[in-house]
Amino acid sequence: MGIVDLFQQLANGLSLGSLYALIAIGYTMVYGIIRLINFAHGDVMMVGCYLAYFGVLMFRLPWQISWILAVLLTSLLGVSIYIGAYKPLRRAPRISALITAIGVSFFLESLGLVIFGGRPKAFPRPPAFDIGLNIGGVYLVSFTLWIPLITAILLVGLVYLIYKTKIGMAMRSVATDIETTSLMGVDVDKVISFTFAIGSALAAAGGIMWAIKFPQINPYMGIMPGLKAFIAAVFGGIGNIFGAMLGGFLLGMIEILVVAFMPSIAGYRDAIAFGILIVVLLFKPTGLLGEPLKEKV
Amino acid sequence: MVALDKEVLIRKRRKTRFLLNVLLVIGIFLFLSRADHLLDPYTIRILNVSAVYMVLAMAYNLVNGTLGQFMLGPNAFIALGAYTVALLTMPVDKKAMSYIIEPLIWPFNSICLPLFPSLLIAGIIGAGAAYLVGMPSFKLRGDYLAIVTLGFGEMVVVLANNLVPITNGALGLKDIPRYVNLYWTWGWALLTYFFMRLLRTSSYGRAFEAIREDEIAAEGIGIDVRRHKLLALTIAGFFLGVGGGLLASLLGTIDPKLFSFFFTFNLLIIIVFGGLGSFTGAAIASLVFVVLSELLRAVENPINIGPIHIPGIPGMRMVVFSLLLIFVMLYWQRGLFGRKELSWDFLLNRLFPLEGVEKDEGSS
Repeated sequence: MGIVDLFQQLANGLSLGSLYALIAIGYTMVYGIIRLINFAHGDVMMVGCYLAYFGVLMFRLPWQISWILAVLLTSLLGVSIYIGAYKPLRRAPRISALITAIGVSFFLESLGLVIFGGRPKAFPRPPAFDIGLNIGGVYLVSFTLWIPLITAILLVGLVYLIYKTKIGMAMRSVATDIETTSLMGVDVDKVISFTFAIGSALAAAGGIMWAIKFPQINPYMGIMPGLKAFIAAVFGGIGNIFGAMLGGFLLGMIEILVVAFMPSIAGYRDAIAFGILIVVLLFKPTGLLGEPLKEKV
Repeated sequence: MVALDKEVLIRKRRKTRFLLNVLLVIGIFLFLSRADHLLDPYTIRILNVSAVYMVLAMAYNLVNGTLGQFMLGPNAFIALGAYTVALLTMPVDKKAMSYIIEPLIWPFNSICLPLFPSLLIAGIIGAGAAYLVGMPSFKLRGDYLAIVTLGFGEMVVVLANNLVPITNGALGLKDIPRYVNLYWTWGWALLTYFFMRLLRTSSYGRAFEAIREDEIAAEGIGIDVRRHKLLALTIAGFFLGVGGGLLASLLGTIDPKLFSFFFTFNLLIIIVFGGLGSFTGAAIASLVFVVLSELLRAVENPINIGPIHIPGIPGMRMVVFSLLLIFVMLYWQRGLFGRKELSWDFLLNRLFPLEGVEKDEGSS
């Protein structure tokens, strides 16, 4: 493989990794705060894609407005899922909430199937994302560069939100200790809802860019990206936002490069991620950047 | 004097229970022997499928309910069992015809076994795989365990899709001989039920429940937590393998898609609805689930009532089932049976009350 091919693959890995990172952040934020694996996160992303799709094709909105509306509506969906399904179980055993999350995930998928139909739909790619580029022999379509760029902007904004604003401080505080935070007069429910809103908005953004990269959308499209983003979150250290970013980028790179160097095992592509997950959980369950878990008796 | 009487009575009661169980089994088999004449093929099929689901759900309940370890990969062991039975029971010439992309590897291409040994081998393979999966996985707990076992489940699906010389890839296997009838399915369902009930009241079962309630306390009273977890998962793996084998022989065709996470989701609904930790609940919920999903099939198909045409809504079944799961988790966590089992004692105590015996049983 020549150096040009290598750059080509690195660019692909970077854009895939950005998407994993964006989606992984939603998992990691929710897990960090209420210790719940939000199984429905990938399906929330799917809904975001469909909203953007209908905005453009049904309501004839310009794509920018349609995307922004889709992101906003999806964050609303995230909040309603929290209030409807997870909030009543906040004091229940964690496994109950996990089972409910699996239920919500299947509910969104099957409802998507009923409403949107099972046939895949072609997602419209705006012209700005569809320009062929030739940079020193490396052929790219412009979305390969747009995706990491938009991801970077969103991530910088997120880090600012979490570390420099009041609501961000509240989020970090709830993640450390819910009880104490509520004693300090913070409306914990509001903070958790806000976390769901942000996570779902990022999922929608990730989903729309996913649909730009792989422009076929169907009600089950969220399952695999969702699972892999979750793996990325665990890989980086669940609960840690920088871990989710790192895990996402690494997972995307590994997947692309393994398939590029060993095309014969392309069929096992999905197994790579699960293999990584199993190895990480068995040897370093806290992930790359996670803090060691304390065992309470 | 009084104590002696009580002991005699309890022994008598035990004998009555045993007799009643024997009568029940005989009754069920008498019914099954007439079923071919009494019931239409459609109802028989529903009964068959329910019985297979019973085996699977009870095995799954052993790990998730009784042992309290949230495992999300039963589809892996079911798939192994199903492929084992398919590969062992298919006639050699049918195999040669099915594997069109790549030929089947030795030894499967030259053996053909009857159903019973195939089922046992499927169970042993399921148990072995469960032991191997459990060894590393039980280092983890709670949601981490759930995700790792989900990973193993997904990997088996990926393997089934890609190991073409063994599984025939995405095409799956057709023409698996359909040896299975009501005796096979209900025989295994009853066997699983009685085995699980006996297991639950044995010292092993008590240890499993102790681990579910509090692992550290269980360790404190001298239970080898790791060994017991592995034991429960291995037993479950055996029955999941057998159940998968029954399923393959019942359906006649299998392919990797059948064993996706969807399957796990169905079993999860069943055991949650029946009551996590109750084998009676798992069995009854299996029957309810299979019948209900057949009834809901009507919603998915278009209906014509005279001139009125109601279009079918594909996917509606899963909407209903997922809502049901969410509803049960939010408002009705104990499910149908909670952790209780159906027993003759309840009936017997009503009909022939024994003074003081029921009370003493609890304290002794």
